[in-house]
Formats: sequence, structure tokens, C-alpha cells
Amino acid sequence: MLYREAGQFRTSYAEDGRIFPIRQDRIGFALLLLVFGVAVPLLANEYWLKAILTPVLIFSLAAIGLNILTGYAGQLSLGSAAFMAVGAFAAYNFILRVDGMPFLLALALAGLAAALVGVLFGLPSLRIKGFYLAVATLAAQFFIVWVLVKFPWFSNYSSSGVVTAQEVVILGYAFVSPEARYVLTFAVVAVLALAAKNLVRSATGRAWMAVRDMDVAAQVIGFRLMRTKLLAFAVSSFYCGVAGALYAYTYIGTVEPEGFNLDLSFKILFMIIIGGVGSIMGSFLGAAFIVLLPILLDNLVPALFGNALGAGFVSNLQLMIFGGLIIFFLIVEPHGLARLWQIAKEKLRLWPFPH
Amino acid sequence: MARQSGEVIVDLRNISLRFGGVKALTDISFDVREHEIRSIIGPNGAGKSSMLNVINGVYHPQEGQIHFRGQLRRRMEPHHAAEQGIARTFQNIALFKGMTVLDNIMTGRALKMRCNFLQHAFYWGAAQREEAAHRLKVEEIIEFLEIQSIRKTPVGRLPYGLQKRVELARALAAEPHILLLDEPMAGMNVEEKQDMCRFILDVNDHYGTTIVLIEHDMGVVMDISDRVVVLDYGRKIGDGLPDEVKGNPEVIAAYLGAAH
Repeated sequence: MLYREAGQFRTSYAEDGRIFPIRQDRIGFALLLLVFGVAVPLLANEYWLKAILTPVLIFSLAAIGLNILTGYAGQLSLGSAAFMAVGAFAAYNFILRVDGMPFLLALALAGLAAALVGVLFGLPSLRIKGFYLAVATLAAQFFIVWVLVKFPWFSNYSSSGVVTAQEVVILGYAFVSPEARYVLTFAVVAVLALAAKNLVRSATGRAWMAVRDMDVAAQVIGFRLMRTKLLAFAVSSFYCGVAGALYAYTYIGTVEPEGFNLDLSFKILFMIIIGGVGSIMGSFLGAAFIVLLPILLDNLVPALFGNALGAGFVSNLQLMIFGGLIIFFLIVEPHGLARLWQIAKEKLRLWPFPH
Repeated sequence: MARQSGEVIVDLRNISLRFGGVKALTDISFDVREHEIRSIIGPNGAGKSSMLNVINGVYHPQEGQIHFRGQLRRRMEPHHAAEQGIARTFQNIALFKGMTVLDNIMTGRALKMRCNFLQHAFYWGAAQREEAAHRLKVEEIIEFLEIQSIRKTPVGRLPYGLQKRVELARALAAEPHILLLDEPMAGMNVEEKQDMCRFILDVNDHYGTTIVLIEHDMGVVMDISDRVVVLDYGRKIGDGLPDEVKGNPEVIAAYLGAAH
């Protein structure tokens, strides 16, 4: 009943091209922005901001990056964490070595550095596809982490290889409190997510999807495969790089190259598979799912079984439930949470009179 | 029905194409005139699709020359052909399955769009204006091919005949000078074939597009073509007006088998 679009006519192509063509969606989205942009930082407690909401946003950004490459341009990649590492260490070095480097500029430069490295490791995609490309990006994953460990210059000769992110200062205001850091992350992620949505709904996104779905036809239409694929690698790595820098500066504060290991790459891959391959919203849903589920299980399993089971068994049980749930989700809805949401919306349009 | 045909627009001279030891095309010469409907026929494996792939740069013949509008064409890639105004459809539908009909057709406009990806990322302003301007043109084609009702449908969900029509729409969106159609009527029923014939003739008539057509349905070929070229085992065995080709003993032998 609430979700009727009767009487909403689109009278121009601009209106037809909106991100949310239905008025209820626009209102809902504006509310969502208000809740997470204003209400949450005012009301949520420190644990939620620090340990849940900020990482969800950061991983969403990384998932958007991977989704652009894998979901839209069809290039499978296992190197997302490495590109995050490039971003984190680039931001660290820019701020460390350039006097008076503004934080947001460092963030952008970190993204660009990651984009550059991404293009470099994207070159094999011109020749190889699918799983073989995934293996080539695996090389990026190991190589980049190895370089960051091997050359101590990157971590400013820190004896443990761990670097501590400098304080984030923008226009004289230091982002120290969890609220401030959350708001900063939220703003950056919101702007970049909007840009990503704009990219995928315009000609650039169509070029990526064309290459993904049928590269010969795309070529015959006039798309240049090299340019299109490398642009996807660049933009994707830019997003991962910015996510990596945020990860270091607004989330954990101290990072080491090994923190950006293959596990993290897989985690981001799971996020887009569960959230929805080829969906910006799915990136957020997937990141929330992967971050929240273990926390939920953490609280749920002891509550259900008490302390009768050993602590070791409980943590293994959590992993098993986690894996089981992922398989369950993939069987029930292989297109991810974004598709589930879409189906729910279709149903809601007719509810409660489906006939 | 002697339609007005113009000058020679594509001139193929002594084309030979080999894949390793397999000779796909041997010493083939023919030309295509402006505004005509030129059909290529022949039994399976005769080299018809290879011929189209040579014209739009997917394959590069080892021997022979291609003159395009009187100019010798060096080795060229498919996107060069697209820039020169050559569009095509494929024998096995090559639509972008994950995209809607509208988005598929919009890809056909790609070469005419000028905004870069930064403008796309910002969207409001130049990119949005460009999008709307090209959408107008695409809607014209959607109307022309009578597929208004399916414009927001993902192409994977459409029946075969409609997919063929969407593929034609995508090729037309580029406003090509030359349209290469690879078996546009394969697998269609009689009504769908009639519709497709009408669309091809309308395109030819309305936009003045030169059409090179591969088709197995002889009735269709003889009805709508201006000139027909016949291939068999990679060689040209006939070339001329439909009636001339029909009476050519070599062509009859290739299709029906010669009397021994």
C-alpha cells in the first residue's frame, strides 16, 4: 500500500535516468542518509561506531571497487587487499614526507597511486580471462605485499614493519573521536558511492558491461577493449586504494603490509558475491553481512549454548555456521542480497492485492 | 524493382583468408554499391561469415585488398571499421545479456558520445545532457523497430525473434553507412521473417543504408536483394542479379548436387 507508484509519470529522459525513479525510494533513501549521517553519530555508542559501522563503510567502499572490476567489467580479481595496501601506505608516505599535506588530498593521491598499480597489474587482462586472470591478480596480491615488506622505506624504517597512521586533521580540526572519524568515513564513502553509481549508469558503465557480456560484439560496436578494461582496473583500484587509506586512518590506526593478505581479498570477494555482483547497493549489503554476521554469531552462540561448550569449539562452530550460511545464501539467491531486495520491492508494489 | 544504386562503396579484390592449413576464402572479389542490398549465399561452411568478418576487420586476410570508398584499407581493427560507419549483427545473437534493451541499444551510440569518465562520474551537466540527446535518437530507432514495450526488459528474458530485432536496433543506433547482417532471419517463423524483411527494406529505404546480408532462406534472398554473390568452399561461384544467380548451373549444382 505504501509502495504505489501510480500517478508518478516521467516526462523527460533526465527523470527517467534517475537513480531512484520512484518517489518512495527517494524519500526512503533520504531518510537512510539522515539516519546514518546524523542520527547514528549522535546516538550510537562508541563500540558500534568504532567496531561495526566504520569498518562496514570502509569495506563497502572496497567492495564497490571490486564490484566495478568484477561485477561490471567482468574481470575476476583476487588482489583487492593488495590495492588497499597500496592506498594505505601511499597515504602514510604522502602525509609523512610532504609538509602540510592536506588529508583529503593525500586520500585522493593514495587512490591514484593504487590506480596506477592497478593498471599495471591489469595489463595481463588484455590477454587472459576468467580464472586465469584471477591467478594473475593473485600475483599482484603477493607481489605488492612482498614489496611493502621488502623495502622498509615504505614503512619509514619502522623496526616491526608496522606503521602508525598520523592524526587526521582537516582545516585545523582533528578527527580523534569515533564520532568524527565515522562522519568523515561516511562522507567520503557517500561521495564515492554516488560517483560509482553515476559511472555505472552512464556510457562508461555500459562499456564495462558490454566488455563483460560479449567482448567481440563490444569491439565491433567500437569499444576499445584495452582502454575499457584498463579504465575498469584503474577506477576499481582507486576505490580499493581510498578504502585502504581509510582503513588505516579512520579505522584501525596501525597497519602492516601482512594485514592486507589474501584472506582480506577473499573477504571482499565474498562481500560482492553475497551482496550482489554488479550492484552498488549490493556492495553495502554484502559488507554489512560479512562484518555483522561473525559479531552476531559471537553473541548468539554462547547465548544459546551457554558455556557448556569449550571456547575453542564455539569459535569453530561460528566458522561452520558462517560457511553454512554463505552456502545457503548462494543456493537460495545466487544473485545476492541486492536481488532479494529487488524481489521484495517488486512484491511490495502489489502488496496486499497481488492479483 | 530497380532501386537506385550508387557508386561502389566497398571493393574486395582477390581476398584469401587461411586459418593455418584451412583455406576459408580463396581469391574472392566482389563489390558493394551504395544503397543496395547485397546478399551473400552459399552452403554451410562456404565462408560467408568469414567474409563479413573480413569486411569489418575481425579477420585479416593474408592476401588481397579492400578498398573502402575508393581508398585502400590497411590492416584495421573492428573499432576502426565501426568508426568508418560499418555496423553488424551476428549469426548467434551477440547482445549484452545482462543489460536492458535500452542499454544495449545505447551502446550502439558509444562512438558518438564525447564525455569522458570523469564527467560521467559527476553526471549532472554535460554527461546528463549527452545521455538525453542520444536517448532521443535511440527512442527513434525503438519506435522504428516497434519494440517500445520491451525497452526496460533485460535482453536475456526476450524470445529469440525479439532479440534479433534488438540486435538490429543496436546496429542501427550507430547510424551506419553499411550494415552487415549475418543470418538475421535464422530460426524465425514465417511471420517473424516477414517482419524482419520489412524492417530491412525500411532501413534500406528510410536511412539509405547499404546492406550486406547473409541468409539461407532463398525466397527472402531472391525477393529483397539487388545483387547476390554465391560462395562455395571459400570460392566465388556466382555473382549477379537474383534471377541470373538462380539460373547459374554451378550454383544449382552447389545447392542441389550436380547430376553425375
